[in-house]
Amino acid sequence: MSFFENYFNEIKDSFIKNFITQDRWKQLLNGLGVTLEITVFAAILGIVIGFIIAAVRSTYDRNLSGKKCRNFGDYILKILNAICNVYLTVIRGTPVVIQLMIINFIVLSSVRNGIYAAILAFGINSGAYVAEIVRSGIMSIDKGQFEAGRSLGLNYLQTMWHIVFPQAFKNILPALGNEFIVLIKETSVAGYVALKDITYVGNLIRSRTYEAFFPLITVAIIYLAIVMLLSHFLKKLERRLRNSDH
Amino acid sequence: MTTSNEALIKVENLVKHFGEVRVLEGISTEIKKGEVICIIGPSGSGKSTFLRTLNLLEEPTDGHIYFEGTDITQKNTDINVHRQKMGMVFQQFNLFPHMTVLKNMTLAPVKLLKMSKADAEKRAMELLNRVGLSEKANTYPSQLSGGQKQRVAIVRALCMQPDVMLFDEPTSALDPEMVGEVLDVMKKLAEDGMTMVVVTHEMGFAKEVADRVLFIDEGIIMEEGSPDELFSNPKSPRLKDFLSKVI
Repeated sequence: MSFFENYFNEIKDSFIKNFITQDRWKQLLNGLGVTLEITVFAAILGIVIGFIIAAVRSTYDRNLSGKKCRNFGDYILKILNAICNVYLTVIRGTPVVIQLMIINFIVLSSVRNGIYAAILAFGINSGAYVAEIVRSGIMSIDKGQFEAGRSLGLNYLQTMWHIVFPQAFKNILPALGNEFIVLIKETSVAGYVALKDITYVGNLIRSRTYEAFFPLITVAIIYLAIVMLLSHFLKKLERRLRNSDH
Repeated sequence: MTTSNEALIKVENLVKHFGEVRVLEGISTEIKKGEVICIIGPSGSGKSTFLRTLNLLEEPTDGHIYFEGTDITQKNTDINVHRQKMGMVFQQFNLFPHMTVLKNMTLAPVKLLKMSKADAEKRAMELLNRVGLSEKANTYPSQLSGGQKQRVAIVRALCMQPDVMLFDEPTSALDPEMVGEVLDVMKKLAEDGMTMVVVTHEMGFAKEVADRVLFIDEGIIMEEGSPDELFSNPKSPRLKDFLSKVI
């Protein structure tokens, strides 16, 4: 009996030390807040950037790829496409931690607010991946769909918006969901720019209490819970969008 | 040259090159209001490309297309406005799979003609009724047969009240037993006085319905005339050869 009692008391002590003392559960909660804040705003920024880049790249692929420029607009499109390509190459070719530190310590060094740097860095990073996902979605839609829209008199944007994009969105939703899952977990390096996100807080508690089990497992479970919740909603959305496929 | 009031579409010396490939080598013709024109010719002859240049889905390399008196090949013309008056039906139907049949039909009238949803739906239902598909209004295209899809595609174009209908091999992707139902709809349309330009391999349809048949080969109109002249008395050896293969 005393063995179990001892064991239980040890767990209890450890629990109190890691969560209750100095309101450490509040620190964890704040850390969760920071993680979610970075993720949500970075995801929004990533979507905006991703769509703009994808629009430029797929317009170029459809209309100008391998052809000569005939007017001023064509040259602009060609230049924009080249800029987008550089962006994609650089962002996808370097680690996100390095991008985060460059933005925090070089680009925004005068701002001294890590959270802006993190949102910007993760948003710009995510945008590159979203762009390629969206572009692949747009390119997956049969050219005839586009032509049918245009032949009815819809202009380029109306056709994209009402006809191409809704179909593309359905195709890319799983990949897009995956990108957001990756993004949530990638924000765990925010501690590099002194942000107290949930990973940072967990590690901080570990270094104070000299106990790794509770803080690290807790942090892991929280990430897992967020990701599972997100997957659940994505699945629901997918099922709703599939209703025209019987 | 002046454009006559009667010519709905006037094509002058139309040229289309895809890079090195010369598809159209100078086509001139006039399409009058109410006329039904069938375009025949071997595959790769440029007949589909010709049809697709008429509403600028393919941009011509050279030449002019006048639609209702306006040169739509000029850079400053708003082609979207003119396309509203030119219905087009594709070989692959190209219905919008994420919309119901009714939504497929009402999208453009609501967005472009600023019709109310109720009015657009009313007209769509009338048209669906005419092609015997009113009970399919709320189904998705994936639940329709090929023939039904093409009939919907035709009435979708008609919803915009076009002045001309362009058909790009409308029955080529259909199972044989469904060709008839689509041709019947097109015949009815022709009887109602619609101006039609039809690229087709259905020689029977061309014989029966066309006012004029164009035989396009090697990027030019090699021969044209009434179906009687063309089918019973072909002049060029190319047309003789072509007809001997398809009939």
